[in-house]
Amino acid sequence: MKFAIQINEGPYQHQASDSAYFFTKNVLEKGHEVFRVFFYHDGVNNATRLTTPPQDDRHVVNRWADLAEKYELDMVVCVAAAQRRGIVDDGEAQRNRKDATNIHPRFRISGLGQLVEAAIQSDRLVVFGD
Amino acid sequence: MSILHTVNKSPFERNSLESCLKFASQGASVLLMEDGVYAALAGSSAESQLKAGLGKVSIYVLGPDIKARGFHEDRLIAGIKVVDYAGFVDLAVDNDKVQAWL
Repeated sequence: MKFAIQINEGPYQHQASDSAYFFTKNVLEKGHEVFRVFFYHDGVNNATRLTTPPQDDRHVVNRWADLAEKYELDMVVCVAAAQRRGIVDDGEAQRNRKDATNIHPRFRISGLGQLVEAAIQSDRLVVFGD
Repeated sequence: MSILHTVNKSPFERNSLESCLKFASQGASVLLMEDGVYAALAGSSAESQLKAGLGKVSIYVLGPDIKARGFHEDRLIAGIKVVDYAGFVDLAVDNDKVQAWL
């Protein structure tokens, strides 16, 4: 079965990003397909590669990136939500004349159409948030 | 058409469980997760609300979230089923839609 995952909450906030991660991991381990993981609202903060949690704490960003690496996940960050919160890739840095980027290379910035497409293409859309 | 409803907030913080139980149709499934698991504990003021819901819908609770909050499964209201994340995935597959009460 094909799943789409939507995450509306940032890392280390409450529990939504953790719940979404364990749900997605189990979906994949059961042999289902994940069409896309879409990060929306404060969820875009899951995509910054500058995150440095204490060594004995989970690394939410790298954990998502490792899962994406292993299963070739498409992880998309909403562009409008990202701009508001300062999540920047090369294209956005150039377009908005910023002096740095901070997005993890396993994530990509795109539009809300990607969420709509994921909802249409998937059998289930599961939303995690606050 | 069956729906899996997910509730992730404590009934002492928000009324999302109340809304969910009001709108869920007969035979639907409700999964309590994150702080939503507090509603599954016996002896709280939310118990009657949840017991009334058990007459209409199947109620599940995410075991790891019960454990993470320091509770044991023997504290749960009778009739509530415990699932792990793999069981959560199965519930999402077995129902036609998943509705999160955020």
